[in-house]
Amino acid sequence: MDARRASEPTPMKNPTTVERTSEREVVVTRLFDGPARLVFEAWTKPELFKQWWVPKSLGMSLLSCELDARTGGRYRLVYGHEGSTMEFHGKYIEVTPHSRLVWTNDESENGAVTTVTFEDKGGKTLLVVHDLYPSKEAFEAEHGMEEAMGETFEQLDDLLVTLGASR
Amino acid sequence: MLNHMVQYSNARLDASFAALSDATRRGVLEQLGRADASITDLAEKFGMTLTGMKKHVGVLEQAGLVTSKKVGRVRTCKLGLHRLEKEAAWIERHRRLWESRFDELDDIVDELKRKEKVDGRKKSE
Repeated sequence: MDARRASEPTPMKNPTTVERTSEREVVVTRLFDGPARLVFEAWTKPELFKQWWVPKSLGMSLLSCELDARTGGRYRLVYGHEGSTMEFHGKYIEVTPHSRLVWTNDESENGAVTTVTFEDKGGKTLLVVHDLYPSKEAFEAEHGMEEAMGETFEQLDDLLVTLGASR
Repeated sequence: MLNHMVQYSNARLDASFAALSDATRRGVLEQLGRADASITDLAEKFGMTLTGMKKHVGVLEQAGLVTSKKVGRVRTCKLGLHRLEKEAAWIERHRRLWESRFDELDDIVDELKRKEKVDGRKKSE
């Protein structure tokens, strides 16, 4: 890509893809228009991390953000939502500058091990977030996969009413 | 992946329609909408043999409309739903969360790039 084009604002956002690669794994992929060095910095410096990790649209705020981004270091995040708080914490298993972060999610026994890789692609960064859960059940418990059932039951109720009426 | 999923859903949709094409099976769904029931209960209610009811429930299970669980000697049936539908909905929610995170991360990365440029210029002066 030539230098002139690269310095113009990008008209289209880079797409975010999510794939459930197995019953206990989820992979999120996204390209960033900046070198791995800078993207990595935004993941490991608390003053930067707290500016993007909790999107405004979520209606939550990050009350506290402690990241000791070194191998063996710990992190602790406190979210606030409508007067209540939630805490997330864990340990960095691996911190390899500009290329790899691995941490545990210790707030529940169902927590995943998260691996983030930063791959330099000629001034851009291919970011991959990989979550590995202890089991399929842990994944489902963690993400309330069962909760989604209520709504679908309602749809099925509607369908049954329609079927009943057409008989 | 997405295409694959859409195709898979279509196959499931066909299975759902096939399952719903039979009056007894629609009756079973209505019944299970009121309360969970064993195969024996259902067979009695619809005046069928156990084997016949097992077949109907099998078709409904294949379509993901019913799930059943055997406890002791009794197989209890309840309304179910496609695992895949649940999963597709979850994936989309998850994707949106990360997308909004990453949109804000884009801004941070842009800012860091700009800063670096300015700093670089200062250094070379």
